[in-house]
Amino acid sequence: MNILERYDAMEYGPAPESRSEADRWLAARDFAASLFINGEWTRPGASKTFETREPASGKLLATLGEAGAADIDAAVSAARKALPKWQALSGYERARHLYAIGRAMQRNARLFAVLESLDNGKPIRESRDIDVPLAIRHFIHHAGWAQALDKEFPGDKAVGVAGQIIPWNFPLLMLAWKIAPALAAGCTVVLKPAEFTPLTAILFAEICARVGLPRGVVNIVQGGPEAGAAIVDHADIDKIAFTGSSEVGKIIRKATAGTGKKLSLELGGKSAFIVFEDADLDSAVEGLVDGIWFNQGQVCCAGSRLLVQEGIAERFVEKVKARMTKLRLGDPLDKNTDIGPLVDRTQLERVRRLVAQGADEGAICWQPDCAVPTEGHYHLPVLATNLAPANVLAQEEVFGPVLAAMTFRTTDEAVSIANNTRYGLAASVWSENINLALDAAPKLKAGVVWINGTNMFDAACGFGGYRESGFGREGGREGMAEYLAAPMAKSADLAPAKAVEPTAASDAAGIDRTAKLYIGGKQVRPDGGYSMPVTGAKGRLAGEVGVGSRKDVRDAVSAAHAAKGWASATGYNRAQVLYFFAENLDARADAFAARIADLTGASARASRAEVDLSVERLFALAGLADKYEGRVHQPPARAVTLALHEPVGVIGVVASDDHPLLGLISLIAPALAMGNSVVAVPSARHALVATDLYQVMETSDLPAGAVNIVTGPARDLAKVLAMHDDVDGLWVVADKDACRTAEAESVGNLKRIWTSNGKTVDWMAQPHDLLLPRAVEVKNVWVPYGD
Amino acid sequence: MTAKLQAATLHHLPTAGAASDGLKRNPGQPLDLGWLEAMRHVNRSALERRVQTLTKRRSIKADNQAAWLLRSISLMDLTTLSSDDTPDRVKRLCAKALNPLRGDLVAGLGLTGRAIRPAAVCVYHPFVATAVEALEGSGIHVAAVSTAFPHGLAPLETRLAEVRASVADGAGEIDIVIPRGLVFGARWQELYDEIAAFREACGEAHLKVILGTGDLATLRNVMLASMVAMMAGADFIKTSTGKESVNATLPVGLVMVRAIREYFERTGLFIGFKPAGGISTAKASLDWLVLMREELGRRWLEPDLFRFGASSLLTDIERQLEHHLTGRYSAAHRHAMA
Repeated sequence: MNILERYDAMEYGPAPESRSEADRWLAARDFAASLFINGEWTRPGASKTFETREPASGKLLATLGEAGAADIDAAVSAARKALPKWQALSGYERARHLYAIGRAMQRNARLFAVLESLDNGKPIRESRDIDVPLAIRHFIHHAGWAQALDKEFPGDKAVGVAGQIIPWNFPLLMLAWKIAPALAAGCTVVLKPAEFTPLTAILFAEICARVGLPRGVVNIVQGGPEAGAAIVDHADIDKIAFTGSSEVGKIIRKATAGTGKKLSLELGGKSAFIVFEDADLDSAVEGLVDGIWFNQGQVCCAGSRLLVQEGIAERFVEKVKARMTKLRLGDPLDKNTDIGPLVDRTQLERVRRLVAQGADEGAICWQPDCAVPTEGHYHLPVLATNLAPANVLAQEEVFGPVLAAMTFRTTDEAVSIANNTRYGLAASVWSENINLALDAAPKLKAGVVWINGTNMFDAACGFGGYRESGFGREGGREGMAEYLAAPMAKSADLAPAKAVEPTAASDAAGIDRTAKLYIGGKQVRPDGGYSMPVTGAKGRLAGEVGVGSRKDVRDAVSAAHAAKGWASATGYNRAQVLYFFAENLDARADAFAARIADLTGASARASRAEVDLSVERLFALAGLADKYEGRVHQPPARAVTLALHEPVGVIGVVASDDHPLLGLISLIAPALAMGNSVVAVPSARHALVATDLYQVMETSDLPAGAVNIVTGPARDLAKVLAMHDDVDGLWVVADKDACRTAEAESVGNLKRIWTSNGKTVDWMAQPHDLLLPRAVEVKNVWVPYGD
Repeated sequence: MTAKLQAATLHHLPTAGAASDGLKRNPGQPLDLGWLEAMRHVNRSALERRVQTLTKRRSIKADNQAAWLLRSISLMDLTTLSSDDTPDRVKRLCAKALNPLRGDLVAGLGLTGRAIRPAAVCVYHPFVATAVEALEGSGIHVAAVSTAFPHGLAPLETRLAEVRASVADGAGEIDIVIPRGLVFGARWQELYDEIAAFREACGEAHLKVILGTGDLATLRNVMLASMVAMMAGADFIKTSTGKESVNATLPVGLVMVRAIREYFERTGLFIGFKPAGGISTAKASLDWLVLMREELGRRWLEPDLFRFGASSLLTDIERQLEHHLTGRYSAAHRHAMA
């Protein structure tokens, strides 16, 4: 075409980003020695290899050495060896390393971007303008954290060696999310990139070497599931951080059960994109482009479910279609490409299969009439309408450019549909009415809520999910906490709880008393109709308590869910109830002390001390109910991000035999203070302490269902709680096997679990707020502004 | 030379009846406040994000870039609006409009036989007749700024008289300004009536309504004023006079083109858009073209639907075109001034 013809056509034409530097880089490397271990480029022991190809053309980019278990072992021991010195550096010294990494990345930003687009297939605009700058921002932001730790997390120490496994959708960015906080905390790392996208991690490792990061602090291994499993299973790793599918996340949860490894999981999502009738509709359409057609929809927090208010639905869908026709599919290195290829043929086939299935189930799958390159794993953007929430496209994470659209009538209905998913990663809310938007945001079960925006990220703002989207946060203060641990007081192994049969009859004077279960604010008999004895320290029968069963747990969980008023009560409100609880417990301190002494054989003085500390702890947590609050972040955009502390939901707590009152109160009080409702399984051996306690609760204005007490065999009940997929959190103090079982069985809904890992917890010595961070989910609500 | 040229930019403005390519002139609509209600939801930060990425999502290189820059020339209202304007300066401007590119560039770019020229020359009323005479037969329109430009704060009767006088002198396009106070006061009916009166005074001449967006404070005001202007019969809506402290910005442009799209969807009528003020670089002009193409489509890259109000833009485009041909960066003084 000559210029005049172009003048008439007014087409964009190709605008290719040069790949010559990247090609030079690729050609200059021996990818057989692809493992960066202890600062050396190492060949894997078993000389296995795998290939990485360009999704746009299928052409081979590199053949890499694949790590086996022995290589992982070498990487972990390098990380272990490097740990003491790295940890011993001052925050300032570690900050300088992080800063140097960030700046060096900045100096090589374009090479990172081109490599990323070559390897992953994402448009160069995205790698250049989003992935790489955010990754750099992460290192520079966390340089600050390294230096601020002493003040911000006094007493906390690095968790140790972190094993990190990242996905292929944001290879460099996920690397940054993992490595930056780990290094800031003083951890050393073994990181495995995804098999599809190994390249930018190699360039990153080169930069680490270049800026003089001490050997062994960052180790990068390449490989697939086998290498991943070797990291997860490695006994000398203290922390696993994983980003990827919910399926693999659950496998990791199970595999790490009982190992004491700290775990954070960033998993899948099926995020809702809610458009109210008073939204800026054209802007919401653009939001969708950034939401579901960003990175070909291969984004865990992709806004894949569009919920539109009835009155504007038709118009909005037309606008979406019109916008879709303007999307350009093409070479990822072309600056005019909006949608590149999917990462791999398997991914393309998966998307095609799900779209076909969705259509079979009745969805109308509309695609624009855009040019599609003949080569490469391209998939046209899809708008699926006419679908019910049961449609596979409304339920399953497609991880492709597929948008499922539904309508709603009222805010309540929008929230219900949005929450009708096992996931809970993100949500977008579009409305020009700030009242409506800020009303909806807390009701959405999602770790991130964007108001009038989507896919906004920043190193200072935590990112992570509710429900089966995983647990733990990346970025911000919460993200730092994932790589830190408060030193625990020395503790002994906890023996499995054993039933103790009485050797003598009760000598209680007065009228016979029946201890019951406490469910939904009522004293109820156990469903099974059995009781078990509670034996005093001297072997005498102290009383009988109900043997709670799975059905009682079921009822207790229902009752706990019904106690919604507690979660929505103000902190001040909850504080007053907990103060009142403390007041009433204190009034009966003598009786409780006597009971504890009788059951445990503790001295009168020690028993009294336990009661007094229980009252004090309740008092302390009452005081924190309106103080352990979220934060406001100011990301580098005209927006505020509200990091809200929300209750986890229904938390099961399982107490051990020692300090039967204080142990129970220490678990219940933080949960209640933050607005959770509780299903408590007290020590079976000393269960009468708990059944005495419900009488105190009854007089303390605790709403029905806020605390439920199910007595019975703790191990069994802990397992029932772990297997209950409507329990949101579970805290277990028990023997090793019971803790392992609880962790393993928690995979069903990936409930937030904390166990004592088979150890005793010295409740007399622990700070009052030990469990407070576990009692909240941090929800980051992004509120851009400007008029 | 003029007579032989196939004038690429010689364009007809839409008329009351359907023109050859089907474009029908906007007859206006009765004021419907419901349309305003429906369009009042304008989210500034989302718009800003859109324009930030918009210009990064599209890139125009090599021959296409040259072609797009020529397009910018053809969409230009070459403007002089200085208080010290003289007939000679206006004549110079017209001469530049007739020959916007150096001969070697015309030849090098393969434009021989096709005139690529600004769409109009835009001047104050006293110079309309001068410009009309200078441009006679060229197909380049003469636009006059009118109605107590740049503030619009004169009695309606004198403003109407001004429009009529410019039309009588031969202006084919009248750029009017609105009194911003009517927007702040939400006096939509008054605003509508004034614009409708200007439209009537224009007769066959085309009406461009300048909103003075830099004065309107919010993007919502820009949206609402745009809708009122179109309902009142605007042929074009235009951002700025060039005299406000903030001129044409992309977020403002985005709001206005979305208003145009909405009006089109509701009525089927095509309204033109003219960003003016501060657009002085070739690169900036490409950003605007991308905005038009992405938000409204190819049709809006023709001079009957899109104009740049610009004075120094042409020189930068000439320099870029020279660089395109020679690979050497040029200087402004190597190209004839306007």
